[in-house]
Amino acid sequence: MSRAFTTLAQFDGTFMMPKQGSTVSASVDSLFYFIFVICAVFFALIVGLMVWFMVVYRRTPQRMDPTSNVTHNTRLELLWSVFPSLLLVLMFVWGFRVFVDMRVPPEDAYVINVNAQQWSWAFTYPNGTETEDLTVPAGVPIKLVMQSADVLHSLYIPNFRVKQDVVPGRYTMVWFEAPEPTPENKPHRLFCTEYCGKDHSNMNRNVIVLPKEDFPEWLENADPLIGMTPEHYQEYVADPQAFITAHPEYVGLMPPAVMGERLYTKKGCVSCHTVDGKANTGPTFQGIWGRTEELADGSSVKVDENYVRESILNPGAKLVKGYGNVMTPYQGRIKDREIDMLIAYLRTLASK
Amino acid sequence: MADAVQTSGASAGHEGPHGHHDPNLAHHFDTMEQQFECGKLGMWLFLATEVLLFGGLFCWYAIWRSNHPEVFVYGAQKLDWKLGGINTIVLLVSSFTMAWAVGCAQRGNRQGLLLGLGITFLGGIGFMGIKSVEYTEKFSHGYYWGGSYNPTHHEEGHAADHADGEHAETADAAHAEAGAADSHGDGHAADSAHGEESVADSAGELAPQEVRPPAALAGLSAERLTELGYEPSKVLLAAEAPGGLAASAPPTSETKLSAEEVRNVHLFFSIYFCMTGLHGIHVLIGMAVIGWLFVRALRGDFGPGYFEPVDLGGLYWHLVDLIWIYLFPLFYLI
Amino acid sequence: MSTLNAPAAPAYATAVDTRNYLKASYGPVSWLLTLDHKRIGVMYLVGISVMFLLGGIFALLVRTTLLFANNAEAVDPLITAELYNRFFTLHGAIMVFIVIIPGIPAALGNFVLPIMLGAKDVAFPRVNLLSFYMWMLGTALALASLFFGAVDTGWTFYTPYSTSENSPSGMILVVTGAFILGFSSVFTGLNFIVTIHQLRRPGQTWFRLPLFLWAIYSTAVIQILATPVLGITLLLLIVEKTMKMGFFNPAYGGDPVLFQHFFWFYSHPAVYIMILPAMGVMSEIISVFSRKHIFGYRFIAWSSVAIALFGFIVWGHHMFTSGQSALMNTIFSALTFSVAVPSAIKVFNWLATMYKGSIALQTPMLYALWFIWIFGIGGLTGLFLGTLATDIHLHDTYFVVAHFHYVMAGTIFVLFGAIHYWWPKMFGRMYDERQGAIASILLFIGFNLTFLPQFVMGSQGMPRRYYSYDEVYQVYHVLSSVGSYVMAAGLLVMGYCLFTSLKRGAKAPDNPWGSNSLEWHTTSPPPLENFNGTPVADDPYDYHNLEWDPQIQGFRSKKPMVTSG
Repeated sequence: MSRAFTTLAQFDGTFMMPKQGSTVSASVDSLFYFIFVICAVFFALIVGLMVWFMVVYRRTPQRMDPTSNVTHNTRLELLWSVFPSLLLVLMFVWGFRVFVDMRVPPEDAYVINVNAQQWSWAFTYPNGTETEDLTVPAGVPIKLVMQSADVLHSLYIPNFRVKQDVVPGRYTMVWFEAPEPTPENKPHRLFCTEYCGKDHSNMNRNVIVLPKEDFPEWLENADPLIGMTPEHYQEYVADPQAFITAHPEYVGLMPPAVMGERLYTKKGCVSCHTVDGKANTGPTFQGIWGRTEELADGSSVKVDENYVRESILNPGAKLVKGYGNVMTPYQGRIKDREIDMLIAYLRTLASK
Repeated sequence: MADAVQTSGASAGHEGPHGHHDPNLAHHFDTMEQQFECGKLGMWLFLATEVLLFGGLFCWYAIWRSNHPEVFVYGAQKLDWKLGGINTIVLLVSSFTMAWAVGCAQRGNRQGLLLGLGITFLGGIGFMGIKSVEYTEKFSHGYYWGGSYNPTHHEEGHAADHADGEHAETADAAHAEAGAADSHGDGHAADSAHGEESVADSAGELAPQEVRPPAALAGLSAERLTELGYEPSKVLLAAEAPGGLAASAPPTSETKLSAEEVRNVHLFFSIYFCMTGLHGIHVLIGMAVIGWLFVRALRGDFGPGYFEPVDLGGLYWHLVDLIWIYLFPLFYLI
Repeated sequence: MSTLNAPAAPAYATAVDTRNYLKASYGPVSWLLTLDHKRIGVMYLVGISVMFLLGGIFALLVRTTLLFANNAEAVDPLITAELYNRFFTLHGAIMVFIVIIPGIPAALGNFVLPIMLGAKDVAFPRVNLLSFYMWMLGTALALASLFFGAVDTGWTFYTPYSTSENSPSGMILVVTGAFILGFSSVFTGLNFIVTIHQLRRPGQTWFRLPLFLWAIYSTAVIQILATPVLGITLLLLIVEKTMKMGFFNPAYGGDPVLFQHFFWFYSHPAVYIMILPAMGVMSEIISVFSRKHIFGYRFIAWSSVAIALFGFIVWGHHMFTSGQSALMNTIFSALTFSVAVPSAIKVFNWLATMYKGSIALQTPMLYALWFIWIFGIGGLTGLFLGTLATDIHLHDTYFVVAHFHYVMAGTIFVLFGAIHYWWPKMFGRMYDERQGAIASILLFIGFNLTFLPQFVMGSQGMPRRYYSYDEVYQVYHVLSSVGSYVMAAGLLVMGYCLFTSLKRGAKAPDNPWGSNSLEWHTTSPPPLENFNGTPVADDPYDYHNLEWDPQIQGFRSKKPMVTSG
């Protein structure tokens, strides 16, 4: 029986279910269609009887009274209580067994840390690389250890049939194994499914499955700054163009300001700080560099490296007048080098 | 809420008379017995809702006590069980006088009824008085709830820097240092540190990553952790349990805990003020009811044929008393 | 109290005032301060209808926003993400707390419950009026939030989002409003339990009660046992937000998942507060319009009680992905299936009642039949969500949205059916049968067009509460939005039909449908004290005593059920 439903579910994306992208997808879909068929049968039975009775036993002036006056039948009651109950037990047991598979990760799972915050995802790989899209090797069990910086989120990858809330103050975990690499331009989708505020629906990213053998290379090159010596780093920050000319192996490396612009989105700055001069929850970044800001306590400060750094790590220290102390401190959630990139980006945002 | 049901008891008394012989019988009832039974059943159901209202708080208490026993042991040491004990006696006595007043009402003893109600009312005043002394004392030490918790005097020797370093003046600062923020900070730092030293060669070979203990336990020595029943291997499992961490060997009231070891003490005072505060509101409502009964008794409304409001008011007062009987040991004794 | 000012009764009457309750006294004050359960019921009905329209307008705004994909990329959209989030929050909060929960019990239950018992009023008329004013106050507070920092948390108020520093200040108003609404509901339930226990006619045993009263009784038990827990949860939410208590906020060491436990401990039973009265009305309508004794009375009666009890132990199935332990998930999944059985028993018994009956397809019956369809889908799709493995995939997607709309809006369909059913009794006028039927058919088609596509897009992975979505889901969203407009059209027709009937409708006979429960044995509308005489309790589902009289266009009792004196 189980096999029959598995076959039914193995079409690449069926009417009711999306593409199967993980090792558990097929078993979830089999169960789904099993319940679907049971429900369809019961629904057809109920509605069929209802329509039949409506038509056949319709009241007419000739037929004012019912043709039967049976008021109860205990045997019938027991039959329609017990028989569906057996089906329910079957559903529960099947659902439980698949759930156990979904819940218990293999011992050797590859761990990726997930940090969720309003309204972005950050995936941190064991070598320190941090990405916005999730990239995983095919055929390897992946365990996501997740935490949230602010409110509840939920990580959902429909094609993998997995979902787990991300709860502030505790770790939650989800695992999956994607057997097939995703084709170019057809990644899996990843959604936030626990309502988390204004841009809840923007918290969606892609999941890219790479062939197992391509993954280590991707990981090594995903963040070129990883493994860079401090001397090289200094050179790079001082003059990226000259640095790349001098070191051809870093040819793909982007200038700090460009990386800063990406961090502006990735770290969630974008949700409160505009770059077009409009005030939002926080002050605009347009023309911020070198600007003299009036603070809430009446003093003023010139925006420079130290002020930006302090305001990222401890936003409440020097609040700009007219804005509330609502930003979550980034202490411990941002690297020094990332602050460098953001500063480089802010320098480019001259006022118009 | 309580007023409402009291009013209902009264509604029995004041519904327009439609030629019935007893002016206390409402038009939609057939007999006084029926009316009395209705009032009684209604009151019991209302008391059930009150119990469930407090039930939510007791439930919260039970869950947190089982997850963080050290918080409660530490917090209880800051409460004065003698004042709580006196208050318990005051309430028990007032409950007795209330029962006596009901008996007097049934027998038509107006003097006794007034005396009973009067003493009960004074008991309520006494209870609230002592409670306010207790609250004032707590506030003077900075033992507020949640984000406002800001203790200024500590019995422990190393209290000074604790107060300076950890519990700064403002709620914002408290926010910044409190559990979650730390946990993320630490967690992230740990991830990066771990990551930086081992670059992946092949995906399959990577070992599962260790998870750091929740920040709530940071600052405790390893020995102390074991003493408190904390096992690092259980962390991930425990993180799934309500409360987020495990402490399988609960400390007893004998355990001496220092302020550094016990994080989130403010939660003890949150639940303490919520439960005793809500109870206090109920005492005030009960006193209002008794005052109203007293006025009606003065008017001579009650007698052997009609004492329903006194009976129902008494039931309410006993419930208020009963809830305190549970609150006292839960906060002061164990 | 309204009767005190009334002129002296006519000479032929005894002490009882025979004028109907609508005409016993006049003026707004005679309504606003009335202690008559019938008038309070009518006031509830008016209030709930107005709020239903408001909630419906928010729903239409939500659906209109979702006609387009990728809203987040739109330049200067008419409805921004903030607005959208407020719309769905208000739609949910209004429909759940203000409309559906009090809908059938407070409006219609209030009207018919004492009459069905042969009583003159509910046990505590003043508490009844107080409940109504608490409902008004709670509603007013919830609406006031619109002007003081509209709430965008969703009706579930999940922490820490709802209590964080930047959550809107309107939270306090809405939550206080919900708290007051909760206690309005508690007092209504308390009143009903006492009334059913104490004010039955002699001879009216428990198993001679109309099944509607069994359902209302079971509902009242849930209201009394579950709502106080919601009350304390909401209180904690308020102190958490205003005083930073830290109970549910991890920033202070609290636990947000615990809030979900507290919240669902009420809010799952609340689903049964919503659906049980509807099931009770179903048993009345199906039996009356089949002109056949209800099948399996005791099974239906006890299944109401069973649903009420099982309803308390399944709340955890809202939290399969919340981070609660696998063991808890398993236990809650197993328990969840237990609720399916009594629900199924009811549906089968209704079908068996129709079997070989004499089925009149009048408007109330149409709504009842739609309910079998709608609740059939709503109940059966619940099985996907009770099963662990499939719920993980479907949780918080549009599949869930569609599922609970099929259940809760099923209640709304029965509410409509019940309004049509008791309309002649309440206002003494018949509505236009053809208009009523057209409205019900439009609503049925619109409803299915709205929500069936949501099952498909949900299982395809469309998350709920999304302002902006991927293009692949657009076709389903467009279908759904079109369906919502059809429903709006149906509502307009229904409103027109009922309003015009008040002026132009034919005078209603005492018993237009041929029911044997007591409310149909008094005049339409009933007199102030419900009966001009003493009603006699009988089996409410025995129709042998009733025969059709074409002259009055209604049914007539062969032997009188109300004795004079």
